Amino acid sequence: MTMLNLYTRRRIVNALGLVISVLAMAFGLFWLIWILWTLLEHGLPALTAVVFTQMTPPPGSDGGLLNAIAGSLAMTLVGTLIGTPIGILAGTYLAEFGQRGWLAPVTRFINDVLLSAPSIVIGLFVYEVYVIRVKHFSGWAGALALSIIVIPIVIRTTENMLRLVPTTLREAAAALGAPQWKIINFITLRAARAGIITGVMLAIARISGETAPLLFTALNNQFWSSNMDQPMANLPVVIFQFAMSPYEDWQKLAWAGALLITLSVLTLNILARVLFRQKAASH
Amino acid sequence: MPTFLREASLKRHTVLDLLFRNLTRVSAFGVLVLLAAIIGSLVVGSMPAIRAFGFGFLTSSDWDPVSEQFGALIPIVGTLVTSAIALTIAIPVSFGIALFLTELSPRILRRPLGVAIELLAGIPSIIYGMWGLFIFAPLFADHVEPWINDHIGAMPYIGPFFSGPPMGIGVLTAGIILAIMVIPFIASVMRDVFEVVPTLLKESAYGLGATTWEVMWKVVLPYTKIGVVGGIMLGLGRALGETMAITFVIGNSHELSKSLLMPGNSIASALANEFTEAYGELYTSALIELGLILFFITFVVLSLARYMLYKLGKHEGQTS
Repeated sequence: MTMLNLYTRRRIVNALGLVISVLAMAFGLFWLIWILWTLLEHGLPALTAVVFTQMTPPPGSDGGLLNAIAGSLAMTLVGTLIGTPIGILAGTYLAEFGQRGWLAPVTRFINDVLLSAPSIVIGLFVYEVYVIRVKHFSGWAGALALSIIVIPIVIRTTENMLRLVPTTLREAAAALGAPQWKIINFITLRAARAGIITGVMLAIARISGETAPLLFTALNNQFWSSNMDQPMANLPVVIFQFAMSPYEDWQKLAWAGALLITLSVLTLNILARVLFRQKAASH
Repeated sequence: MPTFLREASLKRHTVLDLLFRNLTRVSAFGVLVLLAAIIGSLVVGSMPAIRAFGFGFLTSSDWDPVSEQFGALIPIVGTLVTSAIALTIAIPVSFGIALFLTELSPRILRRPLGVAIELLAGIPSIIYGMWGLFIFAPLFADHVEPWINDHIGAMPYIGPFFSGPPMGIGVLTAGIILAIMVIPFIASVMRDVFEVVPTLLKESAYGLGATTWEVMWKVVLPYTKIGVVGGIMLGLGRALGETMAITFVIGNSHELSKSLLMPGNSIASALANEFTEAYGELYTSALIELGLILFFITFVVLSLARYMLYKLGKHEGQTS
């Protein structure tokens, strides 16, 4: 009798646990769907051609997000261009030269911590070391802050991807008499290329939505600015400013911008995964 | 090839090797320099505030830009309380999701569902903030907060924490939105960690007649304990430093209130709201000191998280 009781109880506990697990999964998906739905519902009607052709308006008049989109693209591009080479080089050190000594393990640890460090602190840092020096907010400062977020992500993926390259490949090249710099540049880095590109794409996805580090660096600009040395409009900060405002036109534009950012971030994320998967499958 | 040419080429490659190795080494060293520079610049920037307020800064709840009296207590408490609410919700949900993805999900659904959860992590935090402010907060104020007031607010002991005007904006709302944001981080670490468990171990337990729940609870979880805690700490690190999502919904009020339904403030949202408008050296410096405190707390939490995850990785290496 007790055996049966125990058995039934175990089965009930099991069923309960599994039901809760399914509910948890549904709970997670529920938010994703709800948020995406809201974005489409509010963003799509606001996403007209004007958004891409006109500047951010003063409250009460029509306008678009052209200067913000251009500013975001420029700063993301410069940030990626600064951060990627440094990240790849440092990641190469960790994977290829870091077997001995203290530098590699310490760097790896610090890098993993920086990977999830609060991005607003990065903004403060760039403000302290750059904005105060030149005495004005600028697009360069924004790009610099973004590049500091790119570096740890690229380091991590570069190291991981290089470690997946079989050692036999390196040994084969070495046996043919290739010097180490050639082995790394022309054999291992090339073999790991798809993975590293994936990492860079994920880094771009991450920084294109970052708001906090731009608040004190690029600030904002209501007008068209092609000068990176001036305060620069960018989508996240414009969304922040417009969404928090009491003006309905501004809030509508904020929704359009939010949809735009989310779509590009999610597309980049999915593209990066597909690309990496295709490459991994063909090997 | 004549010998002298071969020697020259060999020499050239030795030099290039040396150059390349040192180039990568300098880049790696740059990460350490970056960390030192971040800490250094924050310390230098907060010196005026440190000199003016000393350790009292940590325990004072003043925040008065006019008379230049600043204290970090309210933002620190706000940061810790919102993160605590977030973890309370996120830990069980993430465990459920990880369990579903590793043990229950049909094989075809496993990948798309995993990607969906990871996409939730990819959505920029400002989107969570906007959604929270325009969609979630009004619904919460109309439908959930009155209920909380009537039911939990009337209870002894915990009642005062859950009674207040149903505004939709406040510490509790911020904590819930934070929970939605950290669930994907914790869930994907837990899933990765659960997949480390040798199939042999799980199959042995199933073979002895254990149920799925028992295998998870008594075999998988003990085996991966350190990694699970590491994943939770990683989520905590995210939650502590999260800025935009909270700035929209926490209410940004520098008043200490017992009730979770009242507006509060967190370190990151105080920075986001006030930094560009701060006037005077002391005000700016006090905000930078807040940043320093935030960086210190997250640094400790994230270091512990990484340490634990490394330890699990080593443990795995030894047993296999």
